[in-house]
Amino acid sequence: MPVPILKQGALLIATLQDALTDKDWLDFQFELTKLVGVHRSTGVILDLTVLDVLDSFATKSLRTIAEMVKLRGARAIVVGIHPDVAFTMVQLGLTLHGIETGLDLEDGISLMKHPTEFRSH
Amino acid sequence: MQEIRIPICSDTDIVAARKLGREMGTKLGFSSSELTLIATAISEIARNMVTYAHDGVISFAAVGTTNKRGLLIVAEDKGPGIADLSLALQDGYSTSKSLGLGLPGAKRLMDEFEIDSKPGVGTVIKMIKWNRRQ
Repeated sequence: MPVPILKQGALLIATLQDALTDKDWLDFQFELTKLVGVHRSTGVILDLTVLDVLDSFATKSLRTIAEMVKLRGARAIVVGIHPDVAFTMVQLGLTLHGIETGLDLEDGISLMKHPTEFRSH
Repeated sequence: MQEIRIPICSDTDIVAARKLGREMGTKLGFSSSELTLIATAISEIARNMVTYAHDGVISFAAVGTTNKRGLLIVAEDKGPGIADLSLALQDGYSTSKSLGLGLPGAKRLMDEFEIDSKPGVGTVIKMIKWNRRQ
């Protein structure tokens, strides 16, 4: 199932609608990095509110997406990680490395208005 | 609760298996955070199955007594098997460029975890999550 990617000014907002299969993650990763160039976007927000599982494959995909987006000159922020998912990721030993995170979409948009240095990790 | 089996042969089955595990866990009264732990553990072992054995079967069954109930998950495949189990259970070890947290991760998320693997024969993983709210 493709992930809808919405253009909002200089931002791209990708809101996941359902659990993604491994192939969906790979398609999403290329579609998003392509659109960064098409729309000359400076930031990408990935809204994961709907996800009830973030396993090691999904985590690796997110890290790859964030790194690819960065290499394309834009900034990626992951928002909407459910408390149960956060708990499980910590138990499993999964980290998002240096990927910026926000509580929800609103928080993500507000973070995008500040330079990266605004929040140190 | 009857045993339910689901064949695993592609990445879409991984999503189906964890949804089924979540449904079974809900029937057994697990909390939402425990359901997430269970679903994630299923996702990890199902992916291992697809990556290394290409196909297999995961079954779910209720276990325990009226005082102590749990969900038993058995994953069986006839894949190549794992030559070095202790290595496969180490964090960060992977032969497929994954993060190497699948097996050790699933073990950490569940209460009981047993793995039996014979090279050339296949792998059987049995894992249980006990419901602590009873």
